[in-house]
Amino acid sequence: MPAMSLTPTRRGLLAAAAAAGALGLLPGTLRAAGSDPIRPFTVNIPQAEIDELRRRIAATRLPDPETVDDRSQGIKLASFQETMRYWGTEYDWRKAEHKLNALPQFITEIDGLDIHFIQVKSRHANALPLIITHGWPGSVIEQLKVIGPLTDPTAHGGQAEDAFDVVIPSMPGYGFSGKPTGTGWNPERIARAWAELMQRLGYNRYVAQGGDWGSPVSSAMARQAPAGLLGIHINLPATIPPEVAAALAAGGPAPAGLSEKERAAFASLETFFKKYRAYGAIMGTRPQTIGYSLADSPVGLAAWIFDYNNGEPERVLDRDDVLDNVTLYWLTNTGTSAARLYWETSGQSVILAAAQKTSDISLPVAVTVFPGEVYRAPETWARRAYRNLIYFNEVDKGGHFAAWEQPELLASEVRAAFRQLRKST
Amino acid sequence: MYGTAPTRRDVLATFAAAGAVSLLPEQLAAAASDRSIRPFTVKVPQAAIDDLRGRIAATRWPTQELVDDRSQGVQLATLRALARYWTSEHDWRKCEARLNALPQFITEIDGVDIHFIHVRSRHENALPLIMTHGWPGSVVELLDTVAPLTDPTAHGGNPEDAFHLVLPSLPGYGFSGEPTELGWDAGRTARAWAELMHRLGYTRYVAQGGDVGALVTDLMGRQAVEGLVGYHLNLLPAVLAIGDQLPKKSEQERTAAGAFAKFRDDGFGYFLEMATRPQTISYAMLDSPVALAAWMLDHDTDSYYKISRAFVDGKPVGNLTRDTIVDNITLYWLTGTAASAARSYWEDARALAAALASGQPPPAVKVPVGFTTFPGEIWASPRSWVEAVYPDLAYFNEVDKGGHFAAWEEPKLFSAELRAAFRSLRSAG
Repeated sequence: MPAMSLTPTRRGLLAAAAAAGALGLLPGTLRAAGSDPIRPFTVNIPQAEIDELRRRIAATRLPDPETVDDRSQGIKLASFQETMRYWGTEYDWRKAEHKLNALPQFITEIDGLDIHFIQVKSRHANALPLIITHGWPGSVIEQLKVIGPLTDPTAHGGQAEDAFDVVIPSMPGYGFSGKPTGTGWNPERIARAWAELMQRLGYNRYVAQGGDWGSPVSSAMARQAPAGLLGIHINLPATIPPEVAAALAAGGPAPAGLSEKERAAFASLETFFKKYRAYGAIMGTRPQTIGYSLADSPVGLAAWIFDYNNGEPERVLDRDDVLDNVTLYWLTNTGTSAARLYWETSGQSVILAAAQKTSDISLPVAVTVFPGEVYRAPETWARRAYRNLIYFNEVDKGGHFAAWEQPELLASEVRAAFRQLRKST
Repeated sequence: MYGTAPTRRDVLATFAAAGAVSLLPEQLAAAASDRSIRPFTVKVPQAAIDDLRGRIAATRWPTQELVDDRSQGVQLATLRALARYWTSEHDWRKCEARLNALPQFITEIDGVDIHFIHVRSRHENALPLIMTHGWPGSVVELLDTVAPLTDPTAHGGNPEDAFHLVLPSLPGYGFSGEPTELGWDAGRTARAWAELMHRLGYTRYVAQGGDVGALVTDLMGRQAVEGLVGYHLNLLPAVLAIGDQLPKKSEQERTAAGAFAKFRDDGFGYFLEMATRPQTISYAMLDSPVALAAWMLDHDTDSYYKISRAFVDGKPVGNLTRDTIVDNITLYWLTGTAASAARSYWEDARALAAALASGQPPPAVKVPVGFTTFPGEIWASPRSWVEAVYPDLAYFNEVDKGGHFAAWEEPKLFSAELRAAFRSLRSAG
């Protein structure tokens, strides 16, 4: 509806950028498609897009404040308003762009969809290839800080034999990957695409890692056991046993006979299910409806993303990092396509053992529990869920965005978890 | 403009300072705890309407849903058609004129300004009736019942069918004030309505509601407020609390239980979001007209498809016309009440959780209750369900058309139901 829109659609912008020959959102070599299935990619958002974002933020119409003193009604107005002011005035997207463009980025079409990924090879000869999958409301932005420690361990307190080659793809519908135009892009299909990606990169012996959606994607890879996959490490494991899931669905009480750690996990989960699961319910059932908010209103998008982590991501994350991630969602207009991943799984929780078919996994599984996570998976539950649990550790800091919050710690966990798999051959 | 971009309260304060007859009650500056009833006229500044149109025109759209039904939410073609209509054909001033053609007032109750329409019938023995809208509704959904209810002889009824009609805007909705303190759940609104009727001099009256209005109305009954002699509902809110305890034997009961289960499973997201994170969802709804419209359209399946057809195929069902649908959304936009309206779910969820945790059954209802089941309702309650909640059910009927927004969609049928439901109460008086 051209008459309606004062602002160009993303497709319009991309076409314009391509026509101008700019290295824009599009891979620079798209015009030469077919010659090389893996194309270099550089981020270069047109200035007009950034100006338009700032204009919208400046024109924001805000609600009145919440009627409580805490976060129980959602994002509190006062601090959010200040962050939005900063976003619309001082924040500089180009810094994020430079960070991304300092890394080798590529696009390759898999299963009909363009997949964007970062690939950083270690200078160490026997580096173990590792594919890391981000989650929602994340992106490759959350993984940037683990790249150094993983690929260059000797500069980060590790040893040469701890080195990894890392591959960090953007999930379908997220960031600079393409947006699916048909249904079916669930974790199973993403997992198959990741196996294809690793094969295409020439890796015939590799491991996988992820938290949030990266966990079910990595777990689906482990279930599928593609040639070359040695094992996985996850930091949001699907350990909730069926009887605990049933008690949660019924609104409590906890099943009898739980240990202290299990009772603590149950309490966290109960709080989450009662107070904080609405975002997932909406995206799982009505991604298009919330999508209009995410596409049209920068503060609407930011609030939706910030509400994860109980409404104050700045408490645990750097403000610029958080805004880099939100701005990436905005500039690629992927709020809606990202939300559809929840719909694709029909609301199957990523933390229920049965829903994630953990008993079907025979490959080695490693788990690290970060204390600020939605729930602290007890080792007893993890051992029930994963029959080939090769590593379990509970660390003392970090939360849901472990790679983002505690990159050095996550990297050391990944090193420890996979050490024995390196030795196995 | 950021930082200077006004919040709703700032805008209202500006209008008040300028002395304009505006969204605000004219005499905001008057003393607190004022029991006066002040006339009210709607007159939205043109700049607000221009700003709205500018925002709709500048909409940035998501990609199209991947399915050919509503299973991923409000369809792009529907919302684009609505947006086109909103900017090119809809005229807010017509809605304003419809509202201003009716006597409107504001009075402060329990610290919050309550806006209401008050139409007295010319028939002497008319029965006073307070009727409450729901979410995502407003007084707009009830406007076309005013004539049949207050002037029955001009609308197929008899003089003895007449009502004096009071249509308040819920606290935080429309032209009522936004509560700034905690505790404005439906129970508190019910007490405010009793005070409103008392203030209007009505000592013997009835009440009616669907959706949130059903909750408020039912709580008026359970609180046994003075003067209330009976009420009528077109939604059975008790199902939300005790749905699993209701009978599921007959085919009709199983159908209703299935519909409720489907709602809990697939259609409950909006409810959960507003009940737990009302502030979060409000940022988009205050800032983006299409975000607000999408959130409001995505209610129940029946009304969604009726509304969608009105815009996409130009085939409205009953009185759910393009104009009235957009009037209602525009009212939410111009009053900036999406956040405070959403917050009412948070308050009601808190009250419901406390009630369930207390283990105490709600107080019994001591006045006659009437109920009409409309076929398109989210869960079309069978008589057995209504009787399980109201053992002394005084009136029950199942009609053949209409849905969740019964008064809006089928105002004549709806009015006929109220006449029938309350007939016995007139003779009793």
